[in-house]
Amino acid sequence: MKIRRSMLFVPGDNPAMLSTAFVYKPDSIMFDLEDAVSPREKDSARLLVFHALRHPAYRDIEKVVRINALHSEFGLKDLEAAVRGRADVVRLPKTDSADAVRELASHVARLEEKCGRLAGETKVMAAIESASGVVNALAIATASPRMMAIALAGFDYLVDMHTRRSGGSEPELFYARAAVLHAARAAHIDAFDVAYGDVNDDEGFLREVQIAKELGFNGKSLIHPRQVDLLHRAYAPTQKELDYAKRVIAMAEEARRNGLGVVSLDGQMIDPPVIEEAQYVLSRSYVS
Amino acid sequence: MKIIKEAIAGTLESSDLLVKVAPNEQGKLDIVVQSEVIKQFGKQIQQAAAETLHRLEISQATVIIEDKGALDYAIRARVQAAVLRAAALEDIDWGKLS
Repeated sequence: MKIRRSMLFVPGDNPAMLSTAFVYKPDSIMFDLEDAVSPREKDSARLLVFHALRHPAYRDIEKVVRINALHSEFGLKDLEAAVRGRADVVRLPKTDSADAVRELASHVARLEEKCGRLAGETKVMAAIESASGVVNALAIATASPRMMAIALAGFDYLVDMHTRRSGGSEPELFYARAAVLHAARAAHIDAFDVAYGDVNDDEGFLREVQIAKELGFNGKSLIHPRQVDLLHRAYAPTQKELDYAKRVIAMAEEARRNGLGVVSLDGQMIDPPVIEEAQYVLSRSYVS
Repeated sequence: MKIIKEAIAGTLESSDLLVKVAPNEQGKLDIVVQSEVIKQFGKQIQQAAAETLHRLEISQATVIIEDKGALDYAIRARVQAAVLRAAALEDIDWGKLS
């Protein structure tokens, strides 16, 4: 199972960042051709990203390209650069409906055939940035077998909802987070929480990471390299969680050897969901 | 591909380069490279630019590169962008970019 905790945004028109972002070891790196690039530089950024995708430094890291909206003058050109550059994933911004995902998937299939890529090799993901997108989250998440994740994008969503970030427990994002996460889990795909905009506020960032982690998000979209390590540390299981998971697995193994059904550990029943959770905790201990 | 106007691509930021492409009145291909690391990497920069121009079938142009420590992929991308702008081409022949 691919571990996806961190998806690091890298502006597509910035060679300094394109040339070094891999050193921060995010789980996925997202070359951005949308909001980070001014309209007059879209053509040049598209070529930079096309070549950066094929740079050997990025061979072993999942590469995502955020394209412009398909119906903009840039969208299809961005998509062709991404598919031809052998991006692993195309991220569609401002996704409001399943039709938008199906249209994207159809273009991806056409381009894969045109440039000789294996059919189905290019995955897609959708960023949910509006009330419509949240309401349609399940339809979006299940719109194509190419879908590997959905991401909630907070800024545009909150503008659409006529509200703003409040800090603290962030009640303004609760429904959207829950809806997007449920859609992802029902579709068996990954879910990314919103990006945190204040890169100098570690405390606020970690508070938000904790919310995302406890809700069950796979990870977050990140806008600054220094957030990668903070996120990975916060998502790592604690020693107490690891010790307990190891005891659960050992107990389950012993029960299996002795032909027992359900057993208990410290008074808690050890059944398949508990064993599955322990395996998940241990799997996360093996990633940096 | 024919260069029909002056165009630039890139920046003078670190790890980037600024590429200026213009029609060449003498019908030649002139490539001028300026870089703080010209002694160490001048030949590689010149070669990357020449190869990129050859693939784009550019044989007549003046190309001036101000390098700020760009990697090979960025040199190729910025030269391509400047040429496509100078040729006023919207559609890319991807086979010539690889």
